[in-house]
Amino acid sequence: MLILTCPCCHVTAEETEFHGGGEAHLKRVGPDGAEGDFESYLFMRQNPKGVHLERWRHVYGCGKWFHMARDTATLEVFGSYAAQTLAPPDHIVDAIRKRHPDWQWPAAS
Amino acid sequence: MSEAVTALKNARYDAGIATISEIGPLGMITIRGDLEAAFLRKVINKTVGLERPESGMCNSDGTSAVAWMSPDELLLICPHAQVAEVLSRLLAAFEDTHTLAVDVSGARAAFRIEGTHAREVLAKLAPVDLAPAKFTPGMFRRTRVGQVPAAFWLLEDGAFQVVCFRSVAQYMFDQLKVAAQPGSAVGHFSAP
Repeated sequence: MLILTCPCCHVTAEETEFHGGGEAHLKRVGPDGAEGDFESYLFMRQNPKGVHLERWRHVYGCGKWFHMARDTATLEVFGSYAAQTLAPPDHIVDAIRKRHPDWQWPAAS
Repeated sequence: MSEAVTALKNARYDAGIATISEIGPLGMITIRGDLEAAFLRKVINKTVGLERPESGMCNSDGTSAVAWMSPDELLLICPHAQVAEVLSRLLAAFEDTHTLAVDVSGARAAFRIEGTHAREVLAKLAPVDLAPAKFTPGMFRRTRVGQVPAAFWLLEDGAFQVVCFRSVAQYMFDQLKVAAQPGSAVGHFSAP
């Protein structure tokens, strides 16, 4: 059971009050993109054992979407942050690196 | 004008460890907009005489209430007979600002849970810490109760008021009855 804090209404609640929305920070492939790239954007997702950045929605609460960093193996939650960001903010990266010093955001490379 | 009827005709259950009663009809108006805007605070104060609530709170004076629903949404509760008037005053005051007010009275059902074990009855159904030190009068929470979305707040007299969609009123009443059935006191917050 995950305990999450919604960054929009600051309510801390357990997982059943929220709903997962899959991998975060996907970048849409526009009309000029290649078919293969568009297919990857639609269907290809990371499935890491370890640190993962995800979208979640506070579905039974304020109804807002947000981002969250967690560990898929230990279920540790590193923190949640606003949906209106294109990359994990520094305080989230710091929290992750406290546990996984070598962690790099895959999309950054 | 047609007569307003609540979903369960004000059903009541008082055979258990807490009294469950459907209340209403209540007038409910959803307001969406920039909650930080000074004019919105002023309009709400002028219309129902209440301050805009802080995050996670509900301000109430017995007849009207204003609850914080989300960073851009408020729920205004007033006597059912006054909805049309309150709504037209709100809309007139909002003028051309990017603010919305809609009458949702017919879409909702409201319940009251009262008695020594009111906290316990609700705590059995909602994933919320309802310990007396953590959930104090005036606090408002949107969450799920059983399997349906709901919102509730704690009144000064120790009773809870629960608001849910009208379509799930029967489910809400039934599950509250089960949670309050005789002999089901756990004694987590008070002696059984």
